[in-house]
Amino acid sequence: MSTVLPTPKGVFDEMFLDVNTPRSAYSSYHHWLAKTAEQELRAKRNEAELLFQRVGITFAVYGEEEGAERLIPFDFVPRIIPAEEWRLLERGLRQRVAALNAFLSDIYSEQHIIKAGIVPVDNVLCNAQYQIAMQGIKLFRSIYAHIAGIDLIRHSDGEYYVLEDNLRVPSGVSYMLENRKMMMRLFPDLFAEHRIAPVEHYPNLLLKTLRESSPVEDPAVVVLTPGRYNSAYFEHAFLAREMGVTLVEGQDLFIKNEKLFMRTTTGPRQVDVIYRRLDDAFLDPLAFRSDSMLGVPGLLSVYRAGNVVLSNAIGTGVADDKSMYPHVPDMVRFYLGEEPILHNVPTWCLRKPKDFAYVDAHLSELVVKEVHGAGGYGMLVGPAATAEEIEHFRGLIHRNPHNYIAQPTLSLSTCPTLVEEGIAPRHIDLRPFVLSGKETRIVPGGLTRVALKEGSLVVNSSQGGGTKDTWVLMDEPKVEVSLC
Amino acid sequence: MLSRTASDLYWLSRYLERAENSARMLEVSHSMAMMPSGRSAEQELAAPLRATGSVDEFWAEHSRLNFAELYKFLAWNSHHHASIYHCLRRARENAHAVRGRITAEMWETINATWIELNRMRNSPPDLKPFCDWVKERSHLWRGVTYGTLARGDAFNFLRLGTFLERADNSARLLGVKQFDAIDENNSLRDYYQWTALLQALGALEAHQDAYGGRLDSGTVAELLILRSHAPRSLRACVEEINSILSQIRGPQGRRAKGIAKTLLAELEFGSIAELQEQGLSVFLESFLKTIDSIGDEIRQSYLEAL
Repeated sequence: MSTVLPTPKGVFDEMFLDVNTPRSAYSSYHHWLAKTAEQELRAKRNEAELLFQRVGITFAVYGEEEGAERLIPFDFVPRIIPAEEWRLLERGLRQRVAALNAFLSDIYSEQHIIKAGIVPVDNVLCNAQYQIAMQGIKLFRSIYAHIAGIDLIRHSDGEYYVLEDNLRVPSGVSYMLENRKMMMRLFPDLFAEHRIAPVEHYPNLLLKTLRESSPVEDPAVVVLTPGRYNSAYFEHAFLAREMGVTLVEGQDLFIKNEKLFMRTTTGPRQVDVIYRRLDDAFLDPLAFRSDSMLGVPGLLSVYRAGNVVLSNAIGTGVADDKSMYPHVPDMVRFYLGEEPILHNVPTWCLRKPKDFAYVDAHLSELVVKEVHGAGGYGMLVGPAATAEEIEHFRGLIHRNPHNYIAQPTLSLSTCPTLVEEGIAPRHIDLRPFVLSGKETRIVPGGLTRVALKEGSLVVNSSQGGGTKDTWVLMDEPKVEVSLC
Repeated sequence: MLSRTASDLYWLSRYLERAENSARMLEVSHSMAMMPSGRSAEQELAAPLRATGSVDEFWAEHSRLNFAELYKFLAWNSHHHASIYHCLRRARENAHAVRGRITAEMWETINATWIELNRMRNSPPDLKPFCDWVKERSHLWRGVTYGTLARGDAFNFLRLGTFLERADNSARLLGVKQFDAIDENNSLRDYYQWTALLQALGALEAHQDAYGGRLDSGTVAELLILRSHAPRSLRACVEEINSILSQIRGPQGRRAKGIAKTLLAELEFGSIAELQEQGLSVFLESFLKTIDSIGDEIRQSYLEAL
């Protein structure tokens, strides 16, 4: 018999309506959980850990001994999303990513949205993520972010909110896939009892999307990795293998006659599409950071000549940075003429004097983030911070207000999770992956991340977060899922 | 295939093969050192050091040579080029770099080997069970490679590494046995010498098969050098190298192919009497040089190609 510890008041719990009643999507799972002994669950978890270790599903940790590898903690209590809820989310995701791609296409060409006065000009052109090199380039299908990861949270009001958009090199999809594989291996019976939408065809959809990004008929696609010491190397190798394409490093590529080639045992071979897992700054030492050995000298000139596709495009960061985030609902209205389906979190931009004054006076209640911060670093969680930390941050925002935004402290929803004390509620978020090609493709669900420390809201793997399998339940009767 | 990938695959299997051969050498020295009389035990223990060209390295770190020290050095030293620990680490590093190019089962096999090796390192097992384990993991790797990897250039470069390393290691092991110095009195001790050598090269059964009860330096040298009957013989390795080189796609590697063909002809048409006349150690030395130059040509035409 396993019991689940209760959730604190004022937080949305994914599994329970109240202390004793599970929500309908969870009822069958809860029944199973309640009758399964905790020891058995712990044994399953140990089994999972050994398997993950053996399979080498690890991420490299920066700042530790070179080559140090660590497992991302995996929690086997799934996060379950009812079919109807997912349908709404999916529509919202399609809409949001379409608007973001339209925005990128616009600001790197005519800049209608700036002329219309909807997005301030300095916010775009003075943005460190804006790439002047992209101005005026026509991209095939006008798609900039072929792969987007949209981070969603559920607030205490039960509604989903977009926390941030990831349009550069969103990662984590390999954990989504490996978690599913692990769950099916550990708990086959649960999969027989539930109608869970499959996710395993993601690599197939990704390859399709990458191939569609190029006008070449049968394009040669590669995955570009910074190398095996990168924290996400496992994912790079995983996706290359699953798609059956070559995993390359910068040193494997060279440029001749404005075309890109890789060095192979049978001589040079042309490359048409690069799924790059490398930030803009490292792509081409001649155009960006000259001290980087990771990219390919001259790549930008080949790209500008239209002889290779970069996926995602250069300069997508201007649309996903935190100072642009408050404008996304307006982008939906401006480009699509629709009302946004997904909510934004109310956001104060500290570069606006009015917003700054409010935030300055309410620091202890708010979350303050760096505009370009990522991975849960460089942020202040007001309610959880000491007086000293708050004063330190006050100094930072006074010195450089442009660099910060603030948001109310959202209470992320919780989901029961196996921890030392037993099965206890822990905060979670959700990152669905949106693929934009000839059409938009989303596998149901995404990656659920969980903050393993009690009360913690930081779900990032680099800061001790874990992951869960995400089940989107399918309607009756069974729908055929096509691989296309 | 990417040149870098080909290189990683080639070195991956060279290191694995080297680890297995180090285990085999350790085993033989172990049983030989337990034999009474004859050459001193120390001489027996020095044989694997001479075969791997690491006598000086050993003495730089150890003040005496006994069985425990040799085991520590050849099995667990973290940086010596022929130590099993070092070889398995390098093999796993190379596998990590190409984990997208080998099958998931291959990767898991080598990753599990590495994890287990590190677990054992805290309290190393006895030599014999350890060597058995190394050989077993090597067999497992071969099995999973043959059983799951598509027949293509990845497979070819893996095997090319294996047989080049094996040709090198077999020749070195033969070299330290000093065929030329041993007189043909067929003493009991010699008998054990030859048996141990055959065992180290996994050729004891093959020898019985080919020569029945006869056993002397001539039969052993003939089997291990000139006959393709034993899978670790020099000729068997060179035959494999030739066949793999002809299967790799593309026009590259002409010189490597040429040298390998010439070497094979030498082994195919040579006789043991001729080799003995020339001096086996002279022959083995030139064989090692030729294998080296094939390795050089492979590197230049495939692994560092433009």
